[in-house]
Amino acid sequence: MRIGIGLPTSTPGATGHGLLDWARRADEGPFSSLGVVDRMVYDSYDPLVALAAAAGVTTRLTLCTMIAISPIRRTAVLAKQAASVDAISGGRLVLGVSIGARRDDYEAAGAQYAGRGAQLSRQLAELRDIWDDEQVGPRPSSSGGPVLLVGGGSGASFQRAARHADGYVHGGGPPRAFASAADKARAAWVEAGRPGEPTLWGQSYFSLTGGGAGDAYMRDYYAFTGGFVERIAAGLLTTPEAIREQIRGYADAGCEELVLLPATSDPAELDALADVVA
Amino acid sequence: MKITVVGAGPSGLYFALLMKRNDPSHEITVLERNPPDATYGWGVVFSEDTLAELRDADYPTYLAFDEALVRWSAIDVRYRDRTLRSFGHGFSAIARPKLLSILQERARDLGVDLRFGVEVADVNELDGDLIVGADGVRSVVRAASEKQFATTWEGLGSRYVWYGTDLVFDVFTFIFRQTKYGLFQVHGYPIDGQRSTFIVETTEQTWRNAGLDRMTEQESLAFCADLFADHLGEHRLLSNASVWRTFDTIRNRSWSTGKTVIMGDAAHTAHFSIGSGTKLAIEDAVALAKAFAAHPENLPAAFAEYELERQGAVERFQEAATDSARYFEQVSRYLDFEPEQFEFNLLTRSGRITYADLELRDPAVVNRIDRLVGAAPQRIVTQPSGMTPLQIGDLTVPNRVVLAPVLADSSDEGTPGADVRAALVEAAEAGAGLVMAGPVAVSAHGRITSGSPGLWTAAHAGEWQAVVAAVRAAGSAAALRLTHSGRRGSTRPRTRGVDRPLGRGGWTTLAPSAIPYAPWMPAPAAAEEQHFRDVAEDFAATASFAAQSGAAALVIDCSDGYLLASFLSPLSNQRMDGYGGSLENRLRYPLEILDAVRGAWPADRPVGVRLVADDRHRGGLTPDDAVEIARRMAAAGAAFFDVAAGLTVGTDAGAGDYRRLYQVQLADRIRNEAGVPVIAGGRITTLDEINTVVAAGRADLCVLDPRRYR
Ligand SMILES: Cc1cc2nc3c(=O)[nH]c(=O)nc-3n(C[C@H](O)[C@H](O)[C@H](O)COP(=O)(O)OP(=O)(O)OC[C@H]3O[C@@H](n4cnc5c(N)ncnc54)[C@H](O)[C@@H]3O)c2cc1C
Repeated sequence: MRIGIGLPTSTPGATGHGLLDWARRADEGPFSSLGVVDRMVYDSYDPLVALAAAAGVTTRLTLCTMIAISPIRRTAVLAKQAASVDAISGGRLVLGVSIGARRDDYEAAGAQYAGRGAQLSRQLAELRDIWDDEQVGPRPSSSGGPVLLVGGGSGASFQRAARHADGYVHGGGPPRAFASAADKARAAWVEAGRPGEPTLWGQSYFSLTGGGAGDAYMRDYYAFTGGFVERIAAGLLTTPEAIREQIRGYADAGCEELVLLPATSDPAELDALADVVA
Repeated sequence: MKITVVGAGPSGLYFALLMKRNDPSHEITVLERNPPDATYGWGVVFSEDTLAELRDADYPTYLAFDEALVRWSAIDVRYRDRTLRSFGHGFSAIARPKLLSILQERARDLGVDLRFGVEVADVNELDGDLIVGADGVRSVVRAASEKQFATTWEGLGSRYVWYGTDLVFDVFTFIFRQTKYGLFQVHGYPIDGQRSTFIVETTEQTWRNAGLDRMTEQESLAFCADLFADHLGEHRLLSNASVWRTFDTIRNRSWSTGKTVIMGDAAHTAHFSIGSGTKLAIEDAVALAKAFAAHPENLPAAFAEYELERQGAVERFQEAATDSARYFEQVSRYLDFEPEQFEFNLLTRSGRITYADLELRDPAVVNRIDRLVGAAPQRIVTQPSGMTPLQIGDLTVPNRVVLAPVLADSSDEGTPGADVRAALVEAAEAGAGLVMAGPVAVSAHGRITSGSPGLWTAAHAGEWQAVVAAVRAAGSAAALRLTHSGRRGSTRPRTRGVDRPLGRGGWTTLAPSAIPYAPWMPAPAAAEEQHFRDVAEDFAATASFAAQSGAAALVIDCSDGYLLASFLSPLSNQRMDGYGGSLENRLRYPLEILDAVRGAWPADRPVGVRLVADDRHRGGLTPDDAVEIARRMAAAGAAFFDVAAGLTVGTDAGAGDYRRLYQVQLADRIRNEAGVPVIAGGRITTLDEINTVVAAGRADLCVLDPRRYR
């Protein structure tokens, strides 16, 4: 299993300079990818713009959205942006997409909340067509475009991933939760008649140096989940042992790439994680 | 902390006593509407595992339980005129009043303030730093915050009544009794030296047929006593305000809000037929007390830990309990089973006990089912059920495992590519009884992608002959799945996704009606007379090529939204002529194809159908329809059915839940209601699962996803 690290685009105190510096150091570290999350109505950076910037200061890392809320974006614009990041980075983009979890993100973007699942499926079908199409450039670096992953926990999400994408990206939780989702993703894949196996990515939040700041961020970022916020916050990995245990559990469950997302913008988080991972 | 617990049932009392024991400075009050010696219900069952947990959680109460428990290790199934006994199950039971009095005493000794005869009406009037809703199925605490908890109720179909009897069963006993009204069953178990629990259950329909809906409590009691008179002998059936009920499965997305938390039946119920309500209730109490030990005074943290610890486990129990409840609801479909299979099916109903578990508990149960399934009544040295041969007409399939590798889109003008052949031979060499090759296109326009393998020329037949010979040489039977892709044709290779139209270089696809499969796909042509003739000829020609190739069986593809499935489903077939409308009309063309194929295929080799048995879509084909379709197709010569579901339309509706064995219930239904051999698929990933499904009579063959073994 490969280990990636998140780019702190939604944690308090994330500055433009800080992000670039973080990306540069991640590229030099023991990580294989750099992941970003997405939220419209929040003090956070746009995922594809952030990855484009990161592309400029990195040479090696896979750049991944985990996930981008696809239906709040116009399909052709999203396709063009993704193809651009892919081209700028020399084919390093992995585009994870999902319906997200919040109505206000749709309202702020002027997108329709009802029917968002069907819209996502349609977008997935169209993204590939646009990437294959000669007229809307740039040409992605591989045929059929960047690797596409779908997230979400419903039966429809697994089916969507199996029909239209290259794999599944899990939303976080203990290894048991990942394993169960991975099995569902594989079952849907077989049912859809896809040759080969789905690519499986996981994610977890960590904070090794931030003190209470990590916990505070989790509570704020996930406040909209109401009663669930406590449980999500309880999943924050705050010790090297907890991170190692998570890595072991995910590897056993067949995860190919686990992206560890920082819950603070403290640059020391990256070094501390590098020590654990190395 | 000042703690108020509503309800002095098992969960409320156990939580109260654990908290007080862990920290005597807590001020704990338990409010209970009933008097301390109320005798609601008869007995409750615990497994060995639960007892171990109780021992670890609080030793003094465990010792008191230990003295009062009745233990047994067998389960009797009384079916037709036989009783089958299996051992190794390790259960115990205790009378509910006894259980409660032990808990009350311990709680009182520790200094918990128990107040009986206090009915809580308004939760807002309760005071305390922590409010615990342990007030059962009709919880007022839950009702006061139903929005926050996101409570849902799901009614399960059957009727049951909870009686007692002065007959002391020696072990857990299931009794099945067929009557002119329908089937009744009893769940019975001893609760102490004098009495047993005696739950009578039946379907709503049978309950009404018997007139039980109009009977008084006394009349019902007399009816049941009479019905089971031969089992009761001189003993009496006893009522304790016992009335007929239906069971509701209650779920809550969240179990806490503010300073309030719920546990036990207030938070979740699980059908009584796996006997785990009290176990789950007490485990909740243990988990919540533990969470408070780890996070003293910190309600949010303790609640989070409690929910993380319990919700997953409870959900899995609820699923198993629901499967068990469904089994009892539909058990009359198994009344043709031999007693050994009836028993095995019953013991494995909830999915929590498998063939391998039973082998450990009681090898004799497994041996008797293996003998039955393997048709070797004299043998003791048997093969596991899943490894026994299956006879379909003249075809012998050497074992019950089907491997159906997804074939790459690497074929050239239909000629199967080298990797298609390699995948099929690998499946045979892996030991599959049946290797299912397909989809194999019946014509160039019947292909899914331009790389789909096909069989419509003599040259193709030559290639398939080599593949079939290699499969046979490895010891497997080879079946070819003959497909016309219909409106899912003319797409690009599926390496990056399915249903992506070819555009340039594509062909016009065919369907009963001119409705595209998905919004981004072109509309197909609606089939006209000439198409009907052409496609039937294509199927017939492919069947005779397949016969030349030496394939052991054919499977006509009526699944996955391909052409014939699109005739069956009202979602895709909106024709006004004799091929659309009623089920009979929608079946007409698939039956014509079956006829054409039968005519071109040797009579001594079977033709099966891969059948979409559920569109999983509103307005679509239902399992009821599929049972009827299977019956008619069987009458027209279909020898077996490969049961599939979904994919009828290209949009999201119609997704499965993809849980373990998610398609087996459907296969079971087709097999045992239409009375036909079936292949089950859908996340079957171990040989143990296959042994279980086959031994239980839920399917005859199973498609294995072999990934775990690679
Ligand atoms: C037919 C049947 C068979 C069963 N068999 C088994 C079995 O074999 N094994 C098993 O483990 N479980 C069994 N159960 C389930 C078991 O009875 C419950 O799951 C278990 O008792 C739940 O415990 P509890 O503490 O959550 O709630 P309860 O036992 O329901 O206790 C709730 C308490 O709260 C009190 N209360 C309710 N409302 C108020 C109020 N407003 N004010 C004050 N007090 C209130 C009630 O009087 C009651 O004493 C069976 C259930 C049924 C229906």
